[in-house]
Amino acid sequence: MAENLLLALFAAPLAAVVLSFAVRSPRLSEYVTVLAAITDFVVSIPLLIHVLGGPVILAHNYIQVDALGSWVIVCISIVYTLASLYAIGYMRLLNEDERLPLFYGLFSGFAFTMLAACAMNNVGVFWIAIELTTLISTFLVGFEREAESTEAAWKYIVVVSGGISLALLGTVLFYWGGSFVLGPSYAMTWAALHKAAPDVYQPLLLVSFLLVLVGYGTKAGLAPMHTWLPDAHSESPAPVSAMLSGALLNASMLGIARFLGVVRGASIEGFAHSAVVGFGIFSFFIASLFIVRQTGIKRLMAYSSVEHIGVQALGLGFGGVFGVAGALYHMLNHSLNKSLMFFGAGNAMRAYGTKDIPGIRNVLNVFPVSGTLWLLGAVGIAGAPPFALFLSEFTILRSGIHGRYLWAVIVFAVFLIVVFIGFLSHFRAMYFDDSPEQQIPGLSGSFWRTLPMWLAFIPLLVFGLWWPHGFWDIFTRISQDLMGGAQ
Amino acid sequence: MFLEHVNPLQASIFSSLAVVSLLLTFVMLGSHWLQNYVYAFAVQSWLIAALSASVGYFAGYSELYVIAVLTALFRGLVLPYLLMRIIGRLNVKRELHAVLQPSSSLVLGALLVMFAFVIANHMNRQSFLAAHVVVMALTIMLSMKFLGFLMLAVRDEAVSQILGLLVLENGIFLGSQILVPGMPLLIEIVILFDLLIVVACFGMLVRFLVVHAGTTSSRQLNRLVG
Repeated sequence: MAENLLLALFAAPLAAVVLSFAVRSPRLSEYVTVLAAITDFVVSIPLLIHVLGGPVILAHNYIQVDALGSWVIVCISIVYTLASLYAIGYMRLLNEDERLPLFYGLFSGFAFTMLAACAMNNVGVFWIAIELTTLISTFLVGFEREAESTEAAWKYIVVVSGGISLALLGTVLFYWGGSFVLGPSYAMTWAALHKAAPDVYQPLLLVSFLLVLVGYGTKAGLAPMHTWLPDAHSESPAPVSAMLSGALLNASMLGIARFLGVVRGASIEGFAHSAVVGFGIFSFFIASLFIVRQTGIKRLMAYSSVEHIGVQALGLGFGGVFGVAGALYHMLNHSLNKSLMFFGAGNAMRAYGTKDIPGIRNVLNVFPVSGTLWLLGAVGIAGAPPFALFLSEFTILRSGIHGRYLWAVIVFAVFLIVVFIGFLSHFRAMYFDDSPEQQIPGLSGSFWRTLPMWLAFIPLLVFGLWWPHGFWDIFTRISQDLMGGAQ
Repeated sequence: MFLEHVNPLQASIFSSLAVVSLLLTFVMLGSHWLQNYVYAFAVQSWLIAALSASVGYFAGYSELYVIAVLTALFRGLVLPYLLMRIIGRLNVKRELHAVLQPSSSLVLGALLVMFAFVIANHMNRQSFLAAHVVVMALTIMLSMKFLGFLMLAVRDEAVSQILGLLVLENGIFLGSQILVPGMPLLIEIVILFDLLIVVACFGMLVRFLVVHAGTTSSRQLNRLVG
């Protein structure tokens, strides 16, 4: 059963890649990509339910699907589905039909590498999958072929490759440490590293963990390694921005979560959690400052991603059932909400012909429906009820308040207010500031660009009002896997 | 760990290959000429290939011969060839060190190596005869990391940045040959991945040139800030 689901999960995007490149028809590649994305979404849910009974290990120990991995797979498939629907409406506006098959081929390839990373049981192969996501997405970031997008792509590949090479060094050192316990040659699985970790010489384990944290933290966009993120997110086409923010950051966060699981029970466990909390708070701090003073609309969204990845790091760092549950719920909600925000930003950017917030005024006159959704999404992403991010942020706050991270909770709460005011004041200006009436031409194909916004918005509202009980089973299971037993 | 059983001759072979590789990184750091970087990188790759082969011979890991051949072929021949072609096409012969003079970067590099040694010394708790090889491998691994990042930070030319990334990976590669020769599959794949990174970088580079018509210096990449 799990084999077949997994096969479908991987075969669908691969088939989309092959068809896009082989047939080279713009319309066909659009629909094939949507079809593959929907298949992935439909398959990912029974897969998640299936692995709640216990992880499934396949292909000589190279593939392992556990609850954590398949939760991230669900999040990635959702963003893949929403973004591929939005891409139909958005990419047609570029009037470059002949390059669309290339775009969709890379797009599905990007989705495939992220999904594959989540199922990897070998730590080295996981690293390779994450590295592959960089290589493929570089070309998506630079797709619009302007000076800015080329610059963003160059910075992206140099910064992220440099960062991720630290994760490789950390992985090698982890393996070396394990070789004192398990012998010179052993299968480099998460479980093996976890088994060896308590007996590894402490300074060696510490250095290995920090290298891995900085390496995957670069890819996840934790400050101060986030420098590539605002450029790449703001200069790539809007559906790609949504994929980078809603899906790629999750896949990298998975690496950090898994390594936290590896050092569980080792002497450095407490320090590892503190380091993750420290990076989380620092990301939150940096992002909130840049959000307040931001002038680019997509850069605003990008810094908001740095903020929310910081929130997830806090949840994982605080640990416990609440911390892990909050972080994972936040991952899902952020994927939905940030997709919605990037879609709205893409609409505004195309209609007004500018990326600058001061150039975007009276949004509701131009986009009555999708503009309303965008505004509600902004309220949601700033952390206000009744939207889902409020619930997950509140859970994370609760998880930290009784432990030794009280200081972090206080800083977190203060900067949440800063972000709320800073983020929404930009939206107030875009929606309600008086400005000379401009003639903004309507855009064609608005159905494809509004539908995914509805699809992202409705669950966001539902999950904000009602935390499904089934999620608790999933989160409890995952936190048992990661943190070893309920606290 | 096979290092516990090496004799002094083997230990000195490993040490000298690793130390000369580190020295070649300093050659890159101290030179103005892009051509010299590429030559130094090529020789470094050959030395690493020799190291793989000798570890394979002394420790009895026959897979390492394959890796040695692949390293020599890809990193020692194909990559330098591609880089030289790019340099020839770009008509950029030397790096104008605007941020740091070569002499200052050499001093900074030396300090970084000392720092790497301090960390490496803390990370090792072995005390057998050849333990110094372990400390040295760790030191060289970390210092090539630091030096690669230093090159990325102070160099502007696109080609030097690609080489900086490759030095980062050469460091890991060199250290892992000595420390964990039993981890072959990963390393093999990493070789292929390096090539992919470089191909991707080249792809970007070509488009970069189209857009910026002439300049390949990252100093011009200053549109996106804040």
